[in-house]
Amino acid sequence: MYNQPISDTWLVGCPHCDLLQRLPELALGASARCPRCNFELWRRREDSLDRTLALAIAAAILYIVANSVPMLGLTVVGRQAFTTVLGGAQHLWEDGRDTVAALVLFTAVVAPALQIGFMLAIVLGARREPVPGWVGVLLRHHGITQTWSMIEVMMLGVLVALIKIADYATVIPGLALFVLGVLVFVLAGMQSAFDPRVVWERIEWAEANARREVERDAVAEVTR
Amino acid sequence: MKAAAITAMQHGLHNCEGCGLLSRPASGEDEGVCPRCGHELTFRKTDSIQRTWAYVIAAAICYIPANVLPVLTTTTATGAESDTILQGVVLLWSPTGWPLSLIVLFASIMIPSAKIIALAYLLITVQRGSIRNNRQRVRLYRTVEFIGRWSMVDVFVDTFTAALIQLQPLMSVEPGPGLFFFAAVVVLTMLAAESFDPRLIWDAASSNEVFT
Repeated sequence: MYNQPISDTWLVGCPHCDLLQRLPELALGASARCPRCNFELWRRREDSLDRTLALAIAAAILYIVANSVPMLGLTVVGRQAFTTVLGGAQHLWEDGRDTVAALVLFTAVVAPALQIGFMLAIVLGARREPVPGWVGVLLRHHGITQTWSMIEVMMLGVLVALIKIADYATVIPGLALFVLGVLVFVLAGMQSAFDPRVVWERIEWAEANARREVERDAVAEVTR
Repeated sequence: MKAAAITAMQHGLHNCEGCGLLSRPASGEDEGVCPRCGHELTFRKTDSIQRTWAYVIAAAICYIPANVLPVLTTTTATGAESDTILQGVVLLWSPTGWPLSLIVLFASIMIPSAKIIALAYLLITVQRGSIRNNRQRVRLYRTVEFIGRWSMVDVFVDTFTAALIQLQPLMSVEPGPGLFFFAAVVVLTMLAAESFDPRLIWDAASSNEVFT
């Protein structure tokens, strides 16, 4: 059964301590923090949707390149070996470590793809008026993809592996390694350019009648 | 600024975890559905303490085989050698390689154990209704949430080491059984952090608590 929304959408509860408070009007780039637990409640971003879209497209291109070219190679006594991100997971699978292989595949390949794909769909969907409900479904789950997308952690792991192997063989860093390095920063930029409040404010409500009532309430408050 | 702390729950409002909308459930109901995003709503995460304990205990159990069983087996012409996580750290330790060794030590040994201890501490203080150090405790929770993913470093190191060093019959590296348990510790502690509800830290404080 649907809940009854409150009429003042500037009133929020802090996600980390549940303190009831009113969000202030913010200048572009400014942020509001919870006075009790210091959680960042909202940061207003300039031109959020367009910038996020630009960075999401860049991330998608980098992601495709990073997964189609070799990441690491090595030569030892005239023999060469190369691997891609997928190759690493595949090798683990063939060695019988299928659970760990699935985890590596999920955190290094699947989750980043979902993170970028969801974000692209969200910012493109948010251009429609009104914003369709499926955008909200994606936005609600976007946090999970972000939690499990671990490209930056993989980068550190690859660097450690590189230096470890350098003792035995000559290591050749592949193109994908540099592309992934750039992707880490593009993803961080994409995430911080995005302001979910912009989307939530214009989205089509699950319970369409509730929104009309809220709007009527807000109008009544102004005219009173 | 001084103000009396009133939570959304004390006002009978659900605080949607999906979209942040505050809404009021039908009178007498604990559960509802968010009118904006359609998310199922409760005042606090369902069975947060029990579920977090379950994950923490499971992680603590997996922590033992993760550190005792080998994560990598190196086969050379002269024989095979298995290394646990700690042995891997020691192997990396050299006049030039010690920073890497420290990274692996932190990410693979210190962070997982610190996470298990920190989550257990948070759970115990919440269950005892502690009202002290709330700000520090919520900061500890945020640190656990933020830092947890970095423990995966060792899984990636071992994956790519094993994938690359395939130079039979000279030398080959295979992942060992410890890697599964280590990965399980990382995933379980991340799930534990996700199922813990930090709002519980503040619930024990009385409603006339004053903060500055």
